[in-house]
Amino acid sequence: MKLRRDIFQAIADPTRRAILLLVASQAMTAGTIAANFDTARPTVSKHLQILTECKLLEQEKNGREIYYQLNPKKIKEIADFIEPFRKLWDERFNKLEAVMKKYKGKA
Amino acid sequence: MVQKTKVIAEDGKQEIMITREFDLPVDLLFKAYTDPGLLEQWMGTKVLKLDSKPHGSYRFETKDEQGNVVFKANGVIHEFIPDQKITRTFEMENSPFAIQLEFLEFEKVTNDTCRLKMQSVFRSTALRDQLLQMPFAQGINMAHNRLQNIVNKLKKAV
Repeated sequence: MKLRRDIFQAIADPTRRAILLLVASQAMTAGTIAANFDTARPTVSKHLQILTECKLLEQEKNGREIYYQLNPKKIKEIADFIEPFRKLWDERFNKLEAVMKKYKGKA
Repeated sequence: MVQKTKVIAEDGKQEIMITREFDLPVDLLFKAYTDPGLLEQWMGTKVLKLDSKPHGSYRFETKDEQGNVVFKANGVIHEFIPDQKITRTFEMENSPFAIQLEFLEFEKVTNDTCRLKMQSVFRSTALRDQLLQMPFAQGINMAHNRLQNIVNKLKKAV
């Protein structure tokens, strides 16, 4: 539960969402990522730290460089975030449809 | 598979859009929202009051088997156009959620099918996100209630 909320907080920030979109195309080093933003390098580092902590980003060592890449499993969790809410309404509306079909049959 | 019920909750927006297509004529869908007996059946709540007209109001209440009130909601109806539109407020009592504004639009697709668009506007994005997380909490409560029921039955059997 707490972890989910962390993911949600992580993607609530526009810079962090931009980072995720950027890294979606290919794995990048912190330097390459920072070069895409006007934001100060330490600020970008902080964003990368948050995204890594909630496992939306994964680090991979390639020689001396650390590359950041998306963690597709966690990204899917964001997509699933509203699924329980959607299911709640879907079931409610299925019930509505069934109730009204029965009502129509009686009329 | 195409999902019949769609939920859109854009980041940073304080609203939720729910759309759904029904295999029902639009007047029957509208009736499901305005006939207290029918509404009770699909919402699974008791309708204490439902005065469907501009400046009218409604009150819902759900009790558990022991008679404890587990859900209480009320609101005021602002716009009421039969088979087309209901604009109303929604307040879940004894909850941290501030009052929401709901726009319900009923739309005929064919003679036997229709579409519902439900736009819920929240006081803040934080409150909206909190509500989106609610079904998790509800799921836990429901599982707990089921467990409690089983335990109660076992107790009686002894």
